[in-house]
This record gives sequence, C-alpha cells and structure tokens, in this order.
Amino acid sequence: MVSVRLNGKTVDLKSATDTPLLWALRCEQRLTGTKFGCGIGVCGACTVLLDNRATPACQLLLKDLRGARITTVEGLQGPVAQALRAAWIEFDVVQCGYCQSGQLVAAAALLARCPVPTDLQIDMAMRGIACRCGTFPRIRKAIHKAAAMCRRG
Amino acid sequence: MLTRRTFLLGGAAAGALVVGWTLLRPEDRLDADLPPPATTGDARLNGWVVIGADNHVTIVMSKAEMGQGVHTGAAMLLAEELDADWSQVRVEQSAIEPLYVNHENLPRSLPFRPDDDGALAHISEFLARRSTRVLGSMVTGGSTSIVDLWQPMREAGASARAMLCGAAARRWDVQVEQCQARSGRVFHAASGRSASFGELATDARDLPHPGHLTLKDPKTFTLIGKRLGHIEAKAKLDGTARFGIDALPDHLLYASVLMCPTLGGTVRKFDTNKVMHKIGVKGFYPIDAYHGGTGGVAAIAENPFIAMRALCELPVEWDHGPAAGLNTDDVRAALTRALQSSDGGHTFYRTGDAEAALKRGKMLEMRYEVPYLAHGALEPVNCTVQVDGRKAQVWVSTQVPMAARKAVANMLGLSPGDVQIHQQLLGGAFGRRLEIDFIVQAAAIARHASPNPVQTIWSRPQDMTHDFYRPACMAVCRGALDADGRLVGWQSVSASQSIAEQALPRAFGKPRFLARLLTDATMAEGAFDQPYACPNMLVHHHRVELPVPVGYWRSVGHSHQAFFVECFLDEMAAAAGKDPIAFRLELLTQPAHRRHVRVLETLRERAAWRGPAQWKDRDGVAFARGMAMHESFGSVVAQVAEVAEIKRQGGTAERDFRVTRVVCVVDCGRAINPNLVEQQMESGIVFGLSAALQQAITLRNGQVQQHYFPDFPIVDMETCPVIETYVLDSDAAPEGVGETATPPIAPAVANALFALTGQRHRRLPLQATPAVPEGNDPWCQSVSMARQ
Repeated sequence: MVSVRLNGKTVDLKSATDTPLLWALRCEQRLTGTKFGCGIGVCGACTVLLDNRATPACQLLLKDLRGARITTVEGLQGPVAQALRAAWIEFDVVQCGYCQSGQLVAAAALLARCPVPTDLQIDMAMRGIACRCGTFPRIRKAIHKAAAMCRRG
Repeated sequence: MLTRRTFLLGGAAAGALVVGWTLLRPEDRLDADLPPPATTGDARLNGWVVIGADNHVTIVMSKAEMGQGVHTGAAMLLAEELDADWSQVRVEQSAIEPLYVNHENLPRSLPFRPDDDGALAHISEFLARRSTRVLGSMVTGGSTSIVDLWQPMREAGASARAMLCGAAARRWDVQVEQCQARSGRVFHAASGRSASFGELATDARDLPHPGHLTLKDPKTFTLIGKRLGHIEAKAKLDGTARFGIDALPDHLLYASVLMCPTLGGTVRKFDTNKVMHKIGVKGFYPIDAYHGGTGGVAAIAENPFIAMRALCELPVEWDHGPAAGLNTDDVRAALTRALQSSDGGHTFYRTGDAEAALKRGKMLEMRYEVPYLAHGALEPVNCTVQVDGRKAQVWVSTQVPMAARKAVANMLGLSPGDVQIHQQLLGGAFGRRLEIDFIVQAAAIARHASPNPVQTIWSRPQDMTHDFYRPACMAVCRGALDADGRLVGWQSVSASQSIAEQALPRAFGKPRFLARLLTDATMAEGAFDQPYACPNMLVHHHRVELPVPVGYWRSVGHSHQAFFVECFLDEMAAAAGKDPIAFRLELLTQPAHRRHVRVLETLRERAAWRGPAQWKDRDGVAFARGMAMHESFGSVVAQVAEVAEIKRQGGTAERDFRVTRVVCVVDCGRAINPNLVEQQMESGIVFGLSAALQQAITLRNGQVQQHYFPDFPIVDMETCPVIETYVLDSDAAPEGVGETATPPIAPAVANALFALTGQRHRRLPLQATPAVPEGNDPWCQSVSMARQ
C-alpha cells in the first residue's frame, strides 16, 4: 500500500506497488479523466501533475510515489485552471476530447512555471501531448488567452 | 442547375417548405414505440425530443459523437424548429430502433457522379433509398450525419412545437394560431399569458402529431448558422466525460489480447506454465478471428496492467495464415502488375475518346503511389461486456451500434433484444469504429467471466498492428494538352484492394462473391466524380486481392485519389505554363461549376495567391506555395499550403521542410454551425497532413511493422501549421463536413514542395519515415526490467 496526496487528499493506493499510477487512478480510484493512450509515455494522454511537473502517469510506479503530491484533471483547481477552462470553452478547443485532460494538465504546468509563455515555449511544453483531432491551433490561442486572463487577475 | 442529388433531396433550400416526400412520409421518421422517460412529469413528444417538467429539453442523438460535433449540430436542428432555449438543451443517446437508421449511407455510396442525370443513376438511387427501410442501419460515417438529420430533426422540432402550442391553446381556450413559441415558452400575445415548455409538456404529450408541418423560412433562423461550441465541452474538461474505456460497471474485470502478429492468423497453442506473473490473473483464453480480425489469446485479470504484462510473457505458437510471407514490396509488385494488365477492372467514367486525344496532343504520363495507413485513434480499441444468463450489456464507442448488437447477439446465441448497447463517447474513430471485430471479441472474452463484466483493452501495438488499413494504391495518370495548353485528354488508371469486398462480408456475414458483384465506388471516388470537364476522359480501376484487412479511413477513396488528381493537374498546369488556379478554372466553365469557381476565387483572394513561386524571408529561408481543390461528400474544399525549407545545420535534419500555413475555403452548403465547420476543416487538415508527411504502414512477413505513434508520426503542437478557414455562405442544403478537408492537403503540400525544390513528389509520405523498430515491444521490455 502506498500513501499519496491525491487531488489534495491523503489516499492509500492499494494496488500492487509495481502498478503504474495510471491504472491505480483509473481502476482503483475510478478517476477516469486520466486516459490510457500508449503505455510508454509518448502520447501524453495520461499526463498528471507530480508536484507541479507534468508527467505521464503510465511511467510512474506506485512504489516510487510514497508521499508524492499528485493532481489529476479532476483535481485541477485554482485561478490558472479556471482561466484555462474558460479559454478552452471560449475557443471551443475540444473535439473528441480524449486527449484534453492531458492537454489541460500540461498547460496548467506550463503556466505555473511560465506565466507568459511564448509560442516556442508552448511548442516545447505541449508537443508531447498527442491529439488526433488537430486541436493544436485552438490550444495555442487558449493558452495565450488564459495567460492574459491570469495577468489581468 | 439542379443536380440529381438536390432534385431527389427535394430542394430543401427553397424557403419555407411544406414537407412532402415521395419515398418516406414525414411520420416515418418522426416517432417509434419507445418507453416513457424515466422521470415522471417528463414527456416524450416524439422519437427525437423529451420535454422535462423542469424545462430541460432532451434531444435524442442517433449518431455517435467522435469529436465532429454532431451532437451539437443535430441538437441545433431540432432546437431551432422547437424554439427551445439553447441553455436548457441536453442531449441523450438514442435507443437502437429502425427510426434512427441512416438514410444517406446507401444512396451516397453508389458509383455515379453527382451530375449524372441518366436513368440508371436515378433508378439506382431510388432503389437505394427504398431499400434503406429494410437494409438501413444506424451508422455514423461517410460525412452523412447532418445531411441525414437535416429534414427529420427539424420536422421533429416543428412537430413538438406545434403540440406545445396546441396544449397552450387548449389550456387558455384560444386559437392555436394565436400561440407562439419563443425561447422555451409559449406566449399568447393578446392576453399576455405565457407558459414554459415544462408546464405544457404532459398536456402536449396527449395530443396527436400534427398532420402537416410548415418549417421555418431559413431567413428567420435564430440558432442555425450560429457559432456555438460543443454542447459536451464542459464534461471533456473536468474528467467526467465517459468514453468507451471509462465504462466501469461494478465487479469489473479487465482483459487484454495478444493477437497473431501476422494479419489474419490464428493461435495454435500457448503455454501458461511459463508465465511468471500470475498474481491477479484470472485466466488465459484462446480467441478466434472475428469479423475480419485476427485470432489470439486473451488474459483476464484484476486490472489491465496485469493482463498486458501476463501476455508479454506468454509463449504462443501461431498459425500465420494466408498473409504469412507478404512484404510491402510484394504489395507494390501486385499493384504494379494490375496497372500494367490490359484487361479487367472497371471503368467508372468515360467521355469522348481519351486514347485518341492522348495520341494527338502533348502527352505526359505520371505514376503515383500511397501506402497503407492506420487510423490511430487516441482511445485504443476497447469494449466492455457483461454476459449474465440470457442477457448481455455492452458499453462501447462505436459508429455502428445496430450492427454491433446483432453481431454480439449472434455470437452469444441471444436475440438482439436481449443485448443492450450503451453507446459511449468516441475517443476518435476516423472509420476504425465502423468495424465490429473487437466488439464481438470482447463478448467472447466476457463469456469466460460471466456474470462479471469484462473490459477488454487493446494495447497500443495491438491497436496499430491489427487495424483495417486505408488501402495502398497506385495510379497512372496520362494527360494531353492542345496547342493552347488546354487539357484535352485525361486518363486515370488506378489499382488497389476493394474495401467493400471485405467490409460487407465482415458486417453482414455474406460470402465475398456477393460483395464482388457490387461496384465499390470508394476505389475510384475522388477520380471519377470530380467536377473538371475534360472533353476526353477515362477513369478506370483494377481491383487487387491481397490478404491485408482494409477499411474506411477518413475520406476513404478521396484520401488517395485527390492526391493523384490534384498533383496531376498541377503537373499539367506547369507543362502548359499556366497558373494552377487559372488552369483549373479553364476546366470549370459550366453552370454546375459555379460553386467550384466561387471556392477557387475566394481562395485566390483570401490567400493573396500570386502563383506557387518561391520567395525568401529576411533570414534567407525559402518559402513556396501549392494549392489543391477537391469535391467530396457533397462539399467543395480548396486549400493553399505554404511550405518552408529547414536549413540543415551540420548532420542531417529529420525533415527538410515544414508546412507553415494553410488557407482553406469550403462550400458545404448551408453551414449549420460555422464554428464546427471551421473546426472540422482544421481537424481534417491536420489528420491528412500527418499522413502526407510521415505516415506509412509497412508489412514484413505479413506483420505490420509500426507499433507506437513515434513509428507512425502524427503532427503535433510544434509541427502544426497556422490554419485559416473561410466558410462560404450558402442557401443550399447542408452537405458533409467531417472528412472533406483531408483530401486536398496532401496534394497542396506536394505541389508546394515542387515549387520549393523543383522536384516532383509522387509518392506518399513526403518526408522520410522513421526507422522500423526491431526487437520486442518496448513496453514489455520495460516491465520485465522493472521486475529485475
């Protein structure tokens, strides 16, 4: 059993300790916002915040996570998350939506460490999150807009 | 000009329209014997809408939402005529009922040009529409959803509105003509009285459907034409949206599968004794090849990780089947042989004498080629099934719920009525979820754990190596120019597998020879049905049989024929010394070409087109442009692609050019929601661009060599171009949108690349494909390393 801070609460993860966090979140905690896409950390569908870093949950094993602070899309809160969601709605970013949890989490991590990102910084932070529907142009606009909203406060 | 298609669809654009239909009466698509709504006080006014006592309007969705926005667009059609308040609209997936079958798939899959006014075309379409009553199925595909729903959903809204007004008139004892609906309420202006839809719902339910309906004059639309966002967007931003993989019924077990690496193979035997990690594994079971799929072994376990890891370690002996030994080069050789054969094949279009014209004029001959492609939806193939006695429940993301229910019932020996399908949101589909192989497979697996439900999830490599691929295709295009540089002869001969020949037996279980009797229009669509008027033209296709499963991939035949046609026209324009847009306009001079001309002229203006010529920016980086136009699914889309060189700095760059900007113009008839149309243009462009740049599925010994996205690269945030879309205003009936932006992007980029480099690229993909991975699945390697 591994005890973690998950979305602000202390939670005991009971799955075997060699289980990737992705499956403990989905199957045990029923937090299905974190998606399975590849299992090898190349598609970004399972991106969560580990402390404040965007990380694919399929690459995190429970045994390495004792005491870790983890945030999934369900627990994404605060002014940055609010601004991101509002901008996502304004530009109607989502299509199928399967990758969007990962996109939002990665964008939140970006704005947390870089409140006014350039296009290049957006490229670097977001290129690991695959989207087959092609929502990239709208994601870019939404990140810039959310950054502006946060600046205005 | 009235084309055959608009004629048969009843000229729905002509202002306020009294509904009349020669083939189907309006009531045929209005209502069915459905159970009452779960909440008392809610009232079902017809098969498409439920009015809640709390004023919510629940609109019933017969189509699958896979990102294309159909739940939003379809709800707008009904809400418009109902005069509902959009903020009170919800959507709900429909039951599986004949009421909800797609009436457009069959008539739109016939091998006739849109402007074919011949008796055979008319009679075929008439018969196809008639037989939809018997053969029709619930299908989300072929960019037909809005076309299919345009009439019945507006009628359903108008009918429900009439009933609500009727109920109000009765309550207030006034003439129904004096009652008007607006924003979710019915008003009686003379007395100043009003009542909400919710207050009137149960009274309205007891009234008969009105005998005839008058639909709104499009000039008075308040919702249709508005830029609304996806109705389900919020749920997709907080983790509450439910995709297939998110169906988690109680007592759920999980399964994963290891299928024969050779396409179409089966399992001979396997040895579970050697599996080290059996804790949490409930069992291993052989699985057959279902509905065109491949056989293999399933592991059922407590979670998907345990199931997938157990399969990594399982020694299996395979029966490799008919595809064993087949390499990509063999496929190319087979296609080349077919192209060279002088007999066989099917002529899809012939006018004038192309052979003679080619001999007379200045003749050019070009060969083109495209590879197999996977769908690669981000949500891996999955399906959850619970078999409990004589009942079964299925939670699945599917484009064909009706066919899925029948097939699951057959496999389990149940009647379709005993199988309940819970349609989930689709995490992408692009045609992959038109197949039912994985649904029947999941039902077969779930039997072993009955009465527990089992969610079967394919790993990414299983998803990519056991797809139904966009067929590889080759073409030879010959063209002749006269002394004035006009295209006077055009011959297009292509060769590929037929999708329908495989897909019809897969879906209906009928033997292949029956499917062969039909002409599969998808083989040559995008070539025979294009608008260009060349006086001497021949479009011919050779069907090739190969043991590779092929399927419907976003825009289907258009995805490759547009590449051939539009690259060929670019080459002919260059040979004639003419601007590519001007050259095309010379072939579009008839009245029926008005919309194509408008699209091209708008493109020329919006893109500030001054020809494909190369230029350099301040840093000396070379840029160039190319263009393409294509008609598919009733819509016309033209694009200009701008490409830039990537200067090599030491060593070799991964890519030598990038696509920086795309300008896109679309005429899709009336745009129900211009925001969604623009979004689908962006989506289709990015999807097609991924394929054009680096994607190819290759075979070695009958095995697909690509396993993960890095092997089959997709455009990402860094490589995605700026996209500008212009949606033309139109009063014509709405046409398809979801697939129509994909066909022109590959030729537009290839033509730009010629302008940039002077080299013609006649084979996709345009950039180097990644090295094929060797050795074991890296995921299996990583879990075995984690154990040590």
